[in-house]
Amino acid sequence: MSKGDGIYPDDLKYTKEHEWLAVQGGIGTVGITHYAQSELGDIVYVEVPAAGSPVVGGEEFGTVESVKAVSEIFAPISGEVLQVNPQLAAHPETINKDPYGEGWLLKIKLADPKELDSLMSAAEYRKYIEEEAN
Amino acid sequence: MPPAAGPLKTTPLVRLFREMGARLVDFAGWELPVQFSSVIEEHLAVRSHAGLFDVSHMGEIEVRGRAALDLVQTVTCNDAARLAPGQAQYTVLTTEKGTFVDDILVYRRSERDFLLVVNASNTDKDFAWIAAQSRGDVEVVNASARWAQLALQGPKAEAILQGLVAAPLAGLRPFRFIETEVNGTRSIVSRTGYTGEDGFEIYLPPQGAADLYQALLRAGSSHGLKPCGLGARDTLRLEARMMLYGNDVDETTTVLEAGLQGIVRLEKGPFIGRESLSREKEKGPARRLMGFEMIDPGVPRHGYPVRVGGEASGQVTSGTVGPSVKKSIGLAYVPAPSARPGTRFAVNIRGRDAQAMIVPTPFYSRAH
Repeated sequence: MSKGDGIYPDDLKYTKEHEWLAVQGGIGTVGITHYAQSELGDIVYVEVPAAGSPVVGGEEFGTVESVKAVSEIFAPISGEVLQVNPQLAAHPETINKDPYGEGWLLKIKLADPKELDSLMSAAEYRKYIEEEAN
Repeated sequence: MPPAAGPLKTTPLVRLFREMGARLVDFAGWELPVQFSSVIEEHLAVRSHAGLFDVSHMGEIEVRGRAALDLVQTVTCNDAARLAPGQAQYTVLTTEKGTFVDDILVYRRSERDFLLVVNASNTDKDFAWIAAQSRGDVEVVNASARWAQLALQGPKAEAILQGLVAAPLAGLRPFRFIETEVNGTRSIVSRTGYTGEDGFEIYLPPQGAADLYQALLRAGSSHGLKPCGLGARDTLRLEARMMLYGNDVDETTTVLEAGLQGIVRLEKGPFIGRESLSREKEKGPARRLMGFEMIDPGVPRHGYPVRVGGEASGQVTSGTVGPSVKKSIGLAYVPAPSARPGTRFAVNIRGRDAQAMIVPTPFYSRAH
């Protein structure tokens, strides 16, 4: 997926803070959306909790920094961090290049799948960012 | 995000920038491009080829008359008498305390005609300050609306600009300028910049700015020239340890603390701030602006608290990840006894202390 497509895959869930979540077998993969990486610009640093840390849905759990700005990131869902993307320490720009693929942030073991109901669908998210942009 | 209300000042290029899809932001009340493609790409283009910046927001103050030199000498700490016509110098408008009213460039256009180029946000303050000191036969004019400024920076700058200028540029040395036609418009072409690269700053009437900008982009297309925004301007200047007014220096920091002893010319005669700077030079400044690198992970940013030897000692004044040096770097004021390369200190990054180390600056210097 290249920078500039501006698309939002239908099989993902989205937050108002511009994170995405993909769920498979009780495990959620988390990243930031195309819109978020594009607004931030060149990403130079990522800070997320280590494997084993608990995260709480809706709460800040790390930061993504571009050359110009620091942006807080929020956990889409509660659970325990299983894995952090090992590529990002050396190559944070991967998030700009491939926000839904190689640029994922971390994997979370879901505490309560019911929390998924509070997240947006791709259609809802598209509408949300159109409104935010205006 | 563009602010909803309040008329932002614009340069002659704003319409072109909108068409080009630049990301425009409010910078000190001016609507200016922060980036065109990517800050890092633009930064690296300036280091390897060339970049074009619109810096028309900068202020221009003209000082002319028989007492023009006296006035410039009174308000600045460097020695403007050393300038021959066609020469420029970096200097500081100093307060009585030896702190910065502003950091500026002074161009001597003729014996009795100076052009002072000042920071956009300080233009009105500087003009009032200078005008208030004027004595005798001297005219001080805030001419900012009559000058646009483009900065063409990078190793290919000379080759690109030469196509639009009849006069040979190869012999124009740093801090020298000529007044000549560029793309058919009478302009000042100055070998100066704010990036740490070779390059030019071109001053011209605003009506000619959009044409020249486009002509330079065309002339530069085969040389790897990129349009650049304020984002790259900031990372470029920081790698070269050039200071930013309002971040690194202001009316609370002295010229000597900032490390500019080389442009404090106490021997030139009276000037505002001379007594303070003379005393400070004798005993040495209490703190010094030093460059540092992060040892621990993290990006230092303006305003992050600094502790040296466990003691609170001010803040990071500028910080970023340098795209050329590929490190987290910054500037901070450090107590004089600790102000030497190798000293470690803590930068508080959102509640967490991260180790940093003072290093020699500039962080980046171009190969000669």
